[in-house]
Amino acid sequence: MLRLAMVGLGKMGLSHFAIVNTHPGVKVVACCEQNAYLTDVLSKYTGLKCYDDTDRMLQNEKLDAVLIATPSKLHARMVEKALERNLHVFCEKPFVLDVSDGERLAAMAEAKGLVNQVGYHYRFVGAFQEAARIVQSGALGKVHHIRAEAYGPVVLRPKGSTWRSSKDEGGGALYDYACHALDLVNFIHTPAVSVGGVAMNSLFSRDVADEVYCTMNFRDGATGQLCVNWSDESCRKMATKVSVWGTNGRLSADRQECQIYLRSPHSAVPDCKGGWISRYTTDLTQPVWYYLRGEEYSAQIDYFVKAIESRSRDNVNSFRSALQTDKLVEMILAEVNPRVVPATAAASVRPRGFWARVLG
Amino acid sequence: MDRVLFGDNQFFGVNHMSEEKARAQAMRFQDLQAVIDVLDAAYREGIRTFMCTTHDRVGEICDYFRANRDKYPDYRFYPCMPYAHKYANAVTEHGTMGALRKFLPEDGAVGAMFRGGVALASKDIEVIAQLLVDAEMKMFQGLSTPVIFIQNVITDLLLGVGLKDAFRMFADHVRNRYQAEPGFITMNVPRLLDVLEEVGVDNPIVCANINKIGFRMCGGMDLYEKTIATRRFRPVAMSVLASGALSPREAIEYVCGQPRIESIVFGASSRGNIRQTKQLIDELTCPAPGPGRRDAQVSAA
Repeated sequence: MLRLAMVGLGKMGLSHFAIVNTHPGVKVVACCEQNAYLTDVLSKYTGLKCYDDTDRMLQNEKLDAVLIATPSKLHARMVEKALERNLHVFCEKPFVLDVSDGERLAAMAEAKGLVNQVGYHYRFVGAFQEAARIVQSGALGKVHHIRAEAYGPVVLRPKGSTWRSSKDEGGGALYDYACHALDLVNFIHTPAVSVGGVAMNSLFSRDVADEVYCTMNFRDGATGQLCVNWSDESCRKMATKVSVWGTNGRLSADRQECQIYLRSPHSAVPDCKGGWISRYTTDLTQPVWYYLRGEEYSAQIDYFVKAIESRSRDNVNSFRSALQTDKLVEMILAEVNPRVVPATAAASVRPRGFWARVLG
Repeated sequence: MDRVLFGDNQFFGVNHMSEEKARAQAMRFQDLQAVIDVLDAAYREGIRTFMCTTHDRVGEICDYFRANRDKYPDYRFYPCMPYAHKYANAVTEHGTMGALRKFLPEDGAVGAMFRGGVALASKDIEVIAQLLVDAEMKMFQGLSTPVIFIQNVITDLLLGVGLKDAFRMFADHVRNRYQAEPGFITMNVPRLLDVLEEVGVDNPIVCANINKIGFRMCGGMDLYEKTIATRRFRPVAMSVLASGALSPREAIEYVCGQPRIESIVFGASSRGNIRQTKQLIDELTCPAPGPGRRDAQVSAA
């Protein structure tokens, strides 16, 4: 039985806790959370051992793994503490706010042979997995354009009092929404090597962007667009969609379905004789032992547990993989604020932004 | 409970198969009259119960039914609370405690006191749970609400976290304050039944996905079928069509073939689909009528 502790019980933390707490291979032995009201209620009604100091928890409890769901700015520090104690780590997305922290922590986890996973749950959604499979099979021909979109109704008024409305703490639509869309592009195609034409606007928030748009350039010459807006009331909840165009067709995937159009048949999609077909979530989704909000949230936790049990060290959503998304965030920020120099921008790829074209 | 309950997903842009279809439905049903027309069509087919979330727009539907009591003397609502996205978005915007304060009642001395933090400070979640239920129930004032459900996202969050007492608190409050039966929507039936039994909620109404392809039946179909056949609870089947993955006849045949399922909830947008599904349930609920028995069966239904 894996002994696990929760670090952070905010919105995502509580959801992760509810899921991992039911996992047959896991015993949640403690949690660490600053919200004293919540921890008092939990210890009173569930008997969960609660701490408000991570160091003390890590010192007192005999653990195999931690699940970190603190505000993003604390991720690096918490991950480091856990790795120092040789614990396997599941960390909520985004991985880190500073790419250099991420490099160091990914190397540390790898050197210690610890399972390290970040909560990009869309990689566990059947429709996106199907999209990745089809794109990577070459069924669409040579991919030339990718569009990643995420819209939702998070900030609809000029107020907000949580860390999510603070740019220094990893808030804003860039970290909360765009990361998911970028990570899906990395998953389905490859990470972009440069970005341009960045537009980041605050609509209601004082301190952070509520919408983020940019062009993405890929190593193989393909281009892409990122379109993210978390102030879109027309969506009932977060709606994420990836569309890919290739010389032999296109596909669009969201949480519900994967729609594929092929100009000529391909062995990777044997039931498509050319033209449109749809694959639905009911066919693409694998059952989980416990359901809360979506199979993908449970599937990623189960995957983490199984990776530890099987001593697999080549897992999906590793720190290294999530770091690619953090690097893209850094590139986007560098485009908006030239004083930020991305350490990771690929020098070999010519930027295609407006100023680059004007200035040559 | 009636055998057939009418659901509301189609009215609020919820479609588990297609976001495009969900949006088209959201457009169509932004007009209250379009919603009422569909509820009327269901009413004409004999469906008297509307099982609905506590979405803000349900308030408008409630206003209509309050104003037209004569037309629908036997109409019942089964509220399902809360409409979770409004809480989830509020938590993102205001944090857990901020969101809790936002949804606790503003008016009256008690409300003011709680918003001031007295209830929060006491760690007595029973009072807070009651206030949250009352806030959600406001829109149904004066209407018949014989069963009140907790939505699956809350049921399954509480179940996972292990806040078992919350279920008993909910059940007690719903019985005492609203003279209603508590209902629990869940995706995890066997586990929930264990916990409800443990906290003393006897013979509970439990609404869950029950469909021929095992879609979102956590624990697996075999365990579900065994649970339905052998455990003491009152099952309500939802998602019987598995979001359209099954043909209606095949889907209803499966559900009606399970013993002891009391009710089936389904949503539809067209009169034709409502009639077809309702007739299929009526037809497949009774054993095939032999010669001379048809009249008796129809009148019994």
